[in-house]
Amino acid sequence: MTTVRHPRLWTVVFSLLSLAYIYPIVLVLINSFKNKVFISSEPFALPNSETWAGMDNYVRGIEQTDFFASFGWTVVITVGSTLMILLCTSMTAWWIVRVDNRTARTLYLLFLFNMIVPFQMVMFTLSKVANMLHLGNPFGIWIIYLGFGAGLAVFIFTGFVKAIPFEIEEAATIDGAGPVQIFFRVIMPIMRPSIITVAILEVMWIWNDYLLPYLVLDIRKYKTLSIAIQYLKGGYGTVDMGAMMAVLVLAIVPVIAFYLFSQRHIIKGVVAGAVKG
Amino acid sequence: MIRTLRRWGWLFAGPTFLAFLVGFIVPFALGIYLSFTKFTTVTDSTWVGLENYSKILGDEVFVHSLWYTVAFTIVTTVIINVAAFAVAYMLTKAIKGRNLFRGVFFMPNLIGGIILGYVWLLLLNGVLAWWERSISFSEWYGFWGMVVLLSWQQIGYLMVIYVAGIQGISDEVIEAARVDGANNRQIVRRVMLPLLMPSITVCTFLTVTNGFKMFDQNLALTNGAPSRLSELLALNIYNTFYGRPGFEGVGQAKAVVFFVIVAAIAIIQNRLTTAKEVKA
Repeated sequence: MTTVRHPRLWTVVFSLLSLAYIYPIVLVLINSFKNKVFISSEPFALPNSETWAGMDNYVRGIEQTDFFASFGWTVVITVGSTLMILLCTSMTAWWIVRVDNRTARTLYLLFLFNMIVPFQMVMFTLSKVANMLHLGNPFGIWIIYLGFGAGLAVFIFTGFVKAIPFEIEEAATIDGAGPVQIFFRVIMPIMRPSIITVAILEVMWIWNDYLLPYLVLDIRKYKTLSIAIQYLKGGYGTVDMGAMMAVLVLAIVPVIAFYLFSQRHIIKGVVAGAVKG
Repeated sequence: MIRTLRRWGWLFAGPTFLAFLVGFIVPFALGIYLSFTKFTTVTDSTWVGLENYSKILGDEVFVHSLWYTVAFTIVTTVIINVAAFAVAYMLTKAIKGRNLFRGVFFMPNLIGGIILGYVWLLLLNGVLAWWERSISFSEWYGFWGMVVLLSWQQIGYLMVIYVAGIQGISDEVIEAARVDGANNRQIVRRVMLPLLMPSITVCTFLTVTNGFKMFDQNLALTNGAPSRLSELLALNIYNTFYGRPGFEGVGQAKAVVFFVIVAAIAIIQNRLTTAKEVKA
């Protein structure tokens, strides 16, 4: 590659590239306003007076998928599971690093092992275990996410805790603080950057996850967004393309809004999470 | 303090460990056991030894999906890493609006695989309609469709990691190379790439394992069409479990094989690239 002699030219090149990059999403947006019979036959045309469907697709899409319920359950599952993971695994990581006996080291190795096991290895047995323990609801699944997602979180947290000087805790002990006080008053505030990193990685995973909730949840009662969209495809014979486009838009818009709002943290979190495995 | 803390294990490590037992250890151990049995639920299993594993070898669809997945992973790993590095390299230079561009390229990562699958189904089928075909026309249509989709999704993610890596290289090293008369190409090949080995390790690790484990996008985009030829491994295992009654044991045995492959790749790949890391 040569030196950038024409920075303005590169701005133009990347502007065009960026437009092409977001085009797939724009295409869905355009089609979400078209009458469903025209979506497959002329996907690239802009809506005109003949093909314009207004908000019809959105009304049907929201009804057919029970959109607001699935959105709500997705929020409950994502927020609850992430908070559980952050609280429990940060405590565990600190305990592992400080205690450092055979039990702690064995536990740490098990968590490392968890990171290289693909979900398919446990999907059948996990869904049976969850079923037996009645965890097939949006609150029980928090425990499943904590269990299957523990490896990565513990790994990132232990890496961070190792860098915290032990003298801080000694000082707190001399001041008369017990382990619980030390963790919540001293250690947890120090761990804040790594907590944000883990939170971002977990939210990105759990919000978009399809297979785990699909196999674990009682899907007659609870559907996440991904499950609802997959049902729209499978559940109605021929797909209602109009409703499909509308629901896709409805699912994408909140994610983009969230991204614009917290872009800086997300990018930092991804970089910090890319520690060597 | 440590001695006190040791006694507090039930509080600090207990909840995570209990969930880990339920969400990982028990299902994993049970999974290994069940791969040697014939079962339909979990409680009605009868021991069959290696029968499930020998059935895998005769399963042409599985063997096909294994090679299909290997090809897919190689192609996506190369494309995604090369493109992500190229974009990162350009966007660390003084280009106006580079933060905006980085933001745009990263965005698809936050959208779920099922959603992305249907977004690209519309676009790809729209394009293929010119030739009166669709993505389910042949296994290779699905293959390249998935390559395009996964590249579009992941280039931005790896770009972010490469950008951080490039910014971590001190200007002095680059300057020193320039004073020694190195041109841009030489600087990239002989100075930047060796110093970027840690980023390359992470990025290739991510793309290789993600390629092997891809499921959602495959389900939404092709669902294996035509006639299970575009099934990647994860989808093949899923369909064996839930699409063929009586084959649960075979499905579990496939899952064990899958786990061994992914674990082996993770370990070997990490050893290989870590060995190539250097310091300035």
